[in-house]
Amino acid sequence: MKRQDILILYLSNSSLESNVIGWARHYGDKKKIGMPGDNDNPPYERGIEAVHDGWRLFQSSQLEQHPRGDEYRTGYLKYEFFFEKIK
Amino acid sequence: MKKNKKNNFMLTDNQMAEFVSKGYLIFENIIDDKTNKKFLNEIGHTSTSLNKKNTDQSWLAEHYNEIMKTSKIPLVKAGTSLKKAYRKKTALNDVMSNPVLSGAIKSLVGDKPKLDHHFLHITFPSEYYHDANQKISQGNHNDCVIDPREKTFDIQLFYFPTAVEKNMGGTRYIPGSHFRMVNEYAIARYHNIRGQKHVVCSAGTVIIFHHNIWHGAGINNSKKIRYGFKIRLMPTQKQVKLWTKKTYKNNHKEEALYWNRGVEKNSIKEILQKTEPWFEADSGRLDILNRIRLWRHITNDKNFDAAYWLTRIENDYN
Repeated sequence: MKRQDILILYLSNSSLESNVIGWARHYGDKKKIGMPGDNDNPPYERGIEAVHDGWRLFQSSQLEQHPRGDEYRTGYLKYEFFFEKIK
Repeated sequence: MKKNKKNNFMLTDNQMAEFVSKGYLIFENIIDDKTNKKFLNEIGHTSTSLNKKNTDQSWLAEHYNEIMKTSKIPLVKAGTSLKKAYRKKTALNDVMSNPVLSGAIKSLVGDKPKLDHHFLHITFPSEYYHDANQKISQGNHNDCVIDPREKTFDIQLFYFPTAVEKNMGGTRYIPGSHFRMVNEYAIARYHNIRGQKHVVCSAGTVIIFHHNIWHGAGINNSKKIRYGFKIRLMPTQKQVKLWTKKTYKNNHKEEALYWNRGVEKNSIKEILQKTEPWFEADSGRLDILNRIRLWRHITNDKNFDAAYWLTRIENDYN
């Protein structure tokens, strides 16, 4: 049976070429586990390096207009990219 | 740290700016060993032979129940004045009376803060757990639901009565995340964030966090139990110039961006503009704007600015 490994990257801007600022790994193999705080060093310096390494991008966040009156409020990380590898 | 005329240690301007910028201040080893031991004795029942009995993890609830029955840590009504929360001669009263800590609390939330809640966090070694799901670290979160306050802030004191070594999974926290308005565990998807830190400290360390900082407990891979006592305090007054009587007036003309000789080292402006490794290129700038806004508020200096961040967008003649 083939299984899906998932890599989530958060980048410093909307370009896939930009730097990785956050990340999470999830494994199709239940013997492996990715957990919060499991690595202080990002798996790649830039988002595109994941593609070079065989990860397939299947989702990225949309660019959203800033609602009037709330332009300066910060919240969730904006530039989220989901990748997969089928093994 | 400086001593004022009333013999109190108040935070310095730079420490206040660090808190505004990073969302925390660390007071390494400020509680003495005698008080730390006293606190550990007052915790109550702390048997370490818990994992031998059963595999359904019921020992965890039993352990807390035993502690609650035997502990000298008081049950305090929410909203109790800090001054009345802990009886004299108890370890927690000794901790909160520490002059450095007391000065920091007054500087941040005034001299009449109320206790929101407190809790003894006990993190058992992972080998105590039989279920693999319980050997997972805690997800990133903040300690509030959506909190829309922009000027008022609570503080959370994390007191570590024993040393926290690297393999003990000390609290992971994200410097500078306290302006990000999120809803508690909604951010648990962010497993790792560039620049995240993990508490590693000597016994008697206290960290004061802004209530909104992103954090999560690590997994304890040592054989020792990790203790952390958390106290959340809320102000009962405006948080304006609580640490000083000084009048702040921004009359220092900066050299214009970007053709300049750089920002003065260790100045308030430099501290407030220091970016975090995880800041997005765009939202990170907004975080700096929000720091400047909070600094304006706590100093009552409505014209303060750094690098024209706010002046630029306030220059509106319509």
